[in-house]
Amino acid sequence: MAHEATHDQHDHHHAPQGFFQRWVMSTNHKDIGTLYLIFSLTMFFIGGSFAMVIRAELFKPGLDLVQPYFFNEMTTMHALVMIFGAIMPAFVGLGNWMIPLMIGAPDMALPRMNNLSFWILPFAFALMLSTLFLPGGGPAGGWTMYPPLSLQSGSLAYVVFSIHLMGISSIMGAINIIATILNMRAPGMDLLKMPVFVWSWLITAFLLIAVMPVLAGAVTMLLTDKYFGTSFFNPGGGGDPVLYQHVFWFFGHPEVYIMILPAFGIISEIVPTFARKPIFGYRAMVYAIACIAFLSFIVWAHHMFAVGLPLGADIFFMYATMLIAVPTGVKVFNWVATMWGGSMTFETPMLFAIAFIILFTIGGFSGLMLALVPADFQYHDTYFVVAHFHYVLVTGAAFAIMAATYYWLPKWTGHMYNEFWGKVHFWCSVVFVNVLFFPQHFLGLAGMPRRIPDYNVAFANFNMISSIGGFLFGASQLIFLGVVVHCAFFARKKAADRVWEGAKGLEWTVPSPAPHHTFEVPPVVRDEELAHGHVND
Amino acid sequence: MTSGSIRTGRAEPGRGLGIRHAVAAALAPALALFAGFAQANPEPGQLNMTRGVTTWSGEPYFLNNVALGVCVVIGIVVFGAMFIAMFRFRKSRGAVPEKWSHNTTVEIIWTAIPVLILMALAWMATGGLVSFADTTGAQMTIKVTGYQWKWRYDYVDYQGKPVSKVGFMSRLDELSDKTRQLHSGLDPYAVTTDGYNTYLLNVDKPLVLPIHTKIRFVITSDDVIHSWWVPSFGWKMDAIPGIVNSAWTNINVPGTYRGQCAELCGQDHGFMPIVVKAVPQEDFAKWLAAQEQANAPAPAATPAAASTAAAPAGHG
Repeated sequence: MAHEATHDQHDHHHAPQGFFQRWVMSTNHKDIGTLYLIFSLTMFFIGGSFAMVIRAELFKPGLDLVQPYFFNEMTTMHALVMIFGAIMPAFVGLGNWMIPLMIGAPDMALPRMNNLSFWILPFAFALMLSTLFLPGGGPAGGWTMYPPLSLQSGSLAYVVFSIHLMGISSIMGAINIIATILNMRAPGMDLLKMPVFVWSWLITAFLLIAVMPVLAGAVTMLLTDKYFGTSFFNPGGGGDPVLYQHVFWFFGHPEVYIMILPAFGIISEIVPTFARKPIFGYRAMVYAIACIAFLSFIVWAHHMFAVGLPLGADIFFMYATMLIAVPTGVKVFNWVATMWGGSMTFETPMLFAIAFIILFTIGGFSGLMLALVPADFQYHDTYFVVAHFHYVLVTGAAFAIMAATYYWLPKWTGHMYNEFWGKVHFWCSVVFVNVLFFPQHFLGLAGMPRRIPDYNVAFANFNMISSIGGFLFGASQLIFLGVVVHCAFFARKKAADRVWEGAKGLEWTVPSPAPHHTFEVPPVVRDEELAHGHVND
Repeated sequence: MTSGSIRTGRAEPGRGLGIRHAVAAALAPALALFAGFAQANPEPGQLNMTRGVTTWSGEPYFLNNVALGVCVVIGIVVFGAMFIAMFRFRKSRGAVPEKWSHNTTVEIIWTAIPVLILMALAWMATGGLVSFADTTGAQMTIKVTGYQWKWRYDYVDYQGKPVSKVGFMSRLDELSDKTRQLHSGLDPYAVTTDGYNTYLLNVDKPLVLPIHTKIRFVITSDDVIHSWWVPSFGWKMDAIPGIVNSAWTNINVPGTYRGQCAELCGQDHGFMPIVVKAVPQEDFAKWLAAQEQANAPAPAATPAAASTAAAPAGHG
């Protein structure tokens, strides 16, 4: 680190010259954060275009556009790209940009590893997406890759390798974030004075380190089953297909929280800012995140209630799953209590944060319903589940990422984004996302399975409504792109250092745009400047 | 957009049965007796889960309704508080922010109340789960085997007696299959059986079951994982190669109940429906006897016997 510090002295006042040197060889947390965010936005549109194919085919009964196998490739790729390409890198990008600024650190603890963990990703996704153009096509067995079906795919090896790469990237990113938070906080930035976003990332990073190797193990077993004659999951050789599901979901459920805990952190920063009131129950918020993270390890089999688990297992996993509602409820109540008695304004980040709280809670409600095993026997693998996880991932994770983008964009670019078009983007998104996903609850309850390219005419009306909502929601995201590009390159209105009136925390003490190097000398931390500096509860 | 009127669902009298093809011959005696039976299949505009038609299927329906009600009430309280806050505590209305950030009493209350609600829900759900897990005392056993992309049904025993050689493949009906091909030019709305649209929800040979009989299903697969799901029965159970799962049902109402494979199983996952025809016990006994007679004695290939052959070729 000392070496890095001396190196940084050379280009103290300016970014490295030259496009290649600045963006490809960068070790700067802000530039790498920007790269992550651009990558994530690109993947968001690629994954979104797959979703458009899905919704177009499902627009009306009858196969009109694509063959069933291609449809399955689209559902599989949509999930893989959105989860590993859009949501996770977006959070890593936000963490890269904001964690050092929020804790008063000059950079990430391991800047070169930071560069590597980003630059693995484009190659991993190029590999995975290339399968769509190969003979035999891409993976079509669902993002969960259940054997024996996934073993029928000719592109399995590509997908396994790209997942290994993504896993390496994620683990390196997580190590970097833990090392940064634990070692590089400015003096006076106690753990329990850290922004909730930093806390949420610290906990998320531990989840990543714990479960990404599990996924790597699971997919490696798939690989050896297909190509090296092992029988981990092959009943003909004494294996067990259900074993894969246990291993996969031991990764998969914490993975779900990897995609939502940083969102909790973001919302916990934005709501106090625009309510102009400290967050209610700071410690309860931190403990709730830790509690949810712990519970995420003991609920995995609730994804498997239909595989024929023993009664005792069904009961245990049902109770454990229901328990998650308690800390999650505490978080929602605390956000509402933060608003209560505040002095609120409703700029675009706050609008997205409020929509997050309401719509994520709706996703939580359907999650509670899904936890009840007898009811899950009906809901499982239907559009009810599709509606549920899109409420938590789109109106949850993705809305939080958009809220964070509007919230910190002026700090990144030095210019204010266009508030009018930001609000247009918000209102279009929040209306159309509900037109898109709410009817899917009804489809699932009426009996429409997920992952089918065609359906009985009884499901026609809600599918058409959902598709219309999907097209309009997809188009609305072009407004987002426009607002971001405009703010980055064309906006005139200078952003103040403290962009938002009620904003507190170290990131608002540096100029806008944040200079290439910040906090080379640790800041003097004064509790009243921090969002959570005077916590005594 | 929707064809036909919204159906009210259960127990519509006087509807004939709609099973295509020659199978009908074997069922002819039973057909005439079906004066009234339930139609518990998906309806256009259907908003909620089906109540189902079995002794157990009320459990998920009840839990679904209770949990939905609980969620709606909590939602009204929480979102109501949020909207009141958003209205009352606006800067534009001159609200001055307060300083407090903590209230132990309130926090204990809103931790404890959800715990109590969850305990009540868990208690209800556990009851339903325990009764579902009890497959003992079955009067009949059906073996269900999933294939890419069709189902096989084997009648194992009935009323304590083994059933010999009654088993058949059940696959998507021909009209749906032609219609569902890419650019087929055929109208899915035209695929009807007795006025009810059965596009992708009809098979060549349905599973025939008696009502008022505790039926145990043993469910497995020959290739990849499938899931056997008839919503009117209230459950789905995965069909997994190398594993035999069990489940049970006891149907109260005669009728034709339609379902689909519910686990992604490859390109034609969406095209392997399940049709169960539930008939009175006496009709079932006649049907079963006819099947046994047709299959058992001679190698002479009757149409029914032909369809018992494993895996008809040239499909999918």
